[in-house]
Amino acid sequence: MKFIISILLVALLTYAIGIYGNLPWWSFVITNLLIAVAIPQKPLMAFAAGAIGVGLLWAGLALGIDLANNHILSTKVATILPLKGSYSSLIILTALVGAILGGLASLTGSFVRAHKS
Amino acid sequence: MRLLPLIASAIVTTALVFTLNIQLKIGNAKAPRLGYFLSPQHGFWKNAEKIDANFDASIVANELQGNVDVYVDDRLVPHIYADHDQDAYFVQGYLHAKFRLWQMDFETRVASGRLSEIAGADKLPIDRMFRRLGMVYGAEKTEANINETNPTMKATVDAYTAGVNAYIKQLDPADLPFEFKLMNYAPEDWTPKKTYLFLMFMSYDLTGRSASVDLQMTNTRDYLGYDLFDKLYTNHQDSLDPIIPKGTVYEKPSIVPVKPLNADSAYLHKANSLAFNAVDMPEAPDKNNGSNNWAVAGSKTKSGRPILCSDPHLGLNLPSLWYEIQITTPTHSTYGASFPGSPAVIIGFNDSLAWGVTNAGRDVLDYYEIKFKDSNRNEYWFNGAWKATTKRTEVIKVKDSADVVEDIAMTHWGPTMFDAHYQNTQSNGRNLAVQWTALTASTGVETFYLLNRAKNYDDYLHAISLWTCPGQNFVLATKSGDIAIKQQGSFVARWERQGDFIMPGEDTSFQWQGIIPTNENPMIKNPERGFVSSANQKSTDASYPYYLGAASAFPLYRGISVNMHLKNMSQITAEDMQTLQTDNYNVFAATARPALMKYIQVDKLSSDAKRMVNEMNNWDLYNSVNAKGITCFKIIWDSVEQAVWGDELSGSAIPLLKPEASVLLDQMLKDTNWSIADDIRTKNIVEDLKTQVTLGVEKATEKLLALEKENKLEWALFKATRVLHLTKTPALSRLDLPIGGGVNIINATTENHGPSWRMVVHLTDEIEAYGLYPGGQSGNPGSPYYDTFVNYWAAGKYYRLLFLSKDKLKQSERTKWHMQFQKSNS
Repeated sequence: MKFIISILLVALLTYAIGIYGNLPWWSFVITNLLIAVAIPQKPLMAFAAGAIGVGLLWAGLALGIDLANNHILSTKVATILPLKGSYSSLIILTALVGAILGGLASLTGSFVRAHKS
Repeated sequence: MRLLPLIASAIVTTALVFTLNIQLKIGNAKAPRLGYFLSPQHGFWKNAEKIDANFDASIVANELQGNVDVYVDDRLVPHIYADHDQDAYFVQGYLHAKFRLWQMDFETRVASGRLSEIAGADKLPIDRMFRRLGMVYGAEKTEANINETNPTMKATVDAYTAGVNAYIKQLDPADLPFEFKLMNYAPEDWTPKKTYLFLMFMSYDLTGRSASVDLQMTNTRDYLGYDLFDKLYTNHQDSLDPIIPKGTVYEKPSIVPVKPLNADSAYLHKANSLAFNAVDMPEAPDKNNGSNNWAVAGSKTKSGRPILCSDPHLGLNLPSLWYEIQITTPTHSTYGASFPGSPAVIIGFNDSLAWGVTNAGRDVLDYYEIKFKDSNRNEYWFNGAWKATTKRTEVIKVKDSADVVEDIAMTHWGPTMFDAHYQNTQSNGRNLAVQWTALTASTGVETFYLLNRAKNYDDYLHAISLWTCPGQNFVLATKSGDIAIKQQGSFVARWERQGDFIMPGEDTSFQWQGIIPTNENPMIKNPERGFVSSANQKSTDASYPYYLGAASAFPLYRGISVNMHLKNMSQITAEDMQTLQTDNYNVFAATARPALMKYIQVDKLSSDAKRMVNEMNNWDLYNSVNAKGITCFKIIWDSVEQAVWGDELSGSAIPLLKPEASVLLDQMLKDTNWSIADDIRTKNIVEDLKTQVTLGVEKATEKLLALEKENKLEWALFKATRVLHLTKTPALSRLDLPIGGGVNIINATTENHGPSWRMVVHLTDEIEAYGLYPGGQSGNPGSPYYDTFVNYWAAGKYYRLLFLSKDKLKQSERTKWHMQFQKSNS
């Protein structure tokens, strides 16, 4: 239950703080950390919750945008980056970057809590 | 204890944030900040526009005097209906920013030598060149002139600026245009100076070739000696069909420029041989920067009303230089192509008339050689005394590196572009000051502001009389039946060859002796032949009393082609004019091919060479998409040129100017034993044209066989026309377009250059207009409107332009969206 709630909270707060364009793109690192402090879990579970929460959110957002855009921009960016023009690779890369950073942030948070207790 | 894992995990997390938040290097280029770039709420995903995006909007702006309605049609062209002129320009600025902000920022950065600031030290050569050429100086002079003398134009540019800034102000950082995110920088506020910088860039693009060519001509003359130079780079053009028909009688000139007595000796002086570090020469503006325009009178059209056509040939870029717009206010109603960066319509039509422009090609930029007293460059020798310079300091900010300061000695000629601190591969150690009409205060866009409102021929004449630089051929057609063309700009009254080479700057003898009065500029109204036209050829024959400039600045053949067609046409329709604008007939090859065939010794050719010659000979003379004959012709011609004058030009350490194709062709047609044909490197043999042409064909065959292997003999595949993104990023460009045309062709589409706005306007009661440019109304690579028109353009098709009153446009089925601009919420 904690795990599911963590994932949902991570996704919700990552999205909410992301609305503010003036805040840095990595602001979710802070929210993830706080969530992991507030909801104590084993490090691995915390990492997973953070990674899944951000990763799925970013994958979902990117996928939705990409479908509505008919892959016009993703195909171009996937050529620049270079991902051989594959929009699916680009969505996966987007999700991975979000997931790894989100996971690490939550992991760090879980250690804060573990350290305190 | 979890302290150690905590610290480790915190460090790894921080390091990752840091790594994803900086620009890493991929190869030579800087990558975007990856985390930021990929974040779906901050980065590039935000620029992926919904394909069914809704452009309805309601915008409140206190700067407005009243309300403005903008209806946007199915091609994303805005139709502005404003009660006040300045409001219309405010909204034009807003819309330019909304759809083209990055391009506006980038182009004015290029013009002002500020690319290094965002792209790093790689861009220093181009930044330094533009600073030293006086681009910022020129823009400042124009701005000062407008501010002091022209309140209407000041108000116009101010309103436009306010519009751009109103958009920037409300822009959420997450919605920054794509390229800002890619290159990791942010837009600045717009200023009137940026508008003038943009116009300076157009002056550079259309007259700045002299900044390179004058040096190359000088070096070529020094290498070959004047006599041989004058043969290979002759100013005589046998086949010229000028803009103003041959035989026109010109009035006595009010200025008679006098060639200095010492010109023959002093003007042929050799270069200094100082040691210097040369920077690479930035690419000069494209030689093919030119255009076609023409107007046919009612006597030649089916409807009895004039038709006007204009297609400026410029570099083909995404986002396009052009942005279509309709501006309707109580004073005027105008439609056409505008420049993001500038108010008003540049090429277009209103409810009374239509106008278009081509480049005049006149030489308005000269170099004067300066003798400084010492390395401080505080004084230079002039008229027998030391004259003081002033210093202009230009600071170039460089990304990730220290500032570079250009300390430019200003002379009465203009800025000292080249001195001990700045030399390129052609400047040869000299101190050179630039005199350029673009650096004398211009009137900004006043000419276009007035053309937008012109009702008749007299209004047109007044509007264009204010134009200074870059000199243009302004064509006109009115509903009332007038057609006219006039070459207008600040043109120097020159003696023959004045300014073709670097001039001595130590006294007044080589100075400009005056600017030709505007009423003496070449012009023609309602000629008997029923049409006026221009295609960058010389505007007049030799009876015009002023020197136009070196012949190499004036392409011959497009003009011949346009006039040949127009002469033979009657009962013309707008559709016929579209066909002519996209015509691929190769008038140069029509003359050059038989000339080549006359000299080719077929019996001496290899079987492959014979096959290629046959391919060329059976070609229908149209540069069409699938033609192989044109590819054979082009490669053979180039190879023959190389055989004929490669020997004379090889051996110079500095790359020399290539003679014009017409020089060789005219000689081939004369059938004389031309001494240039001999290969001066072979001591005991005297080659004639037959030997050289045959040799050229054999050499060409090697190249053609290689192309055949790659399956690139078909013209469009060989030419590979592309519309390049301004950063040259292939993924953001359109490559390998199936389009014919080429150099010397009315459809002047080359590799990355060509008709940048095709327009046909039929001056009927309800104006019937067609047009398009190779781009799209949105500058956003993530928008379906980014390159909407490219395929249509390549196929030679046109859109019918919607030019309607507000009531009619509101009801048009092509009208899709409504943007409301309101003074306040109430």
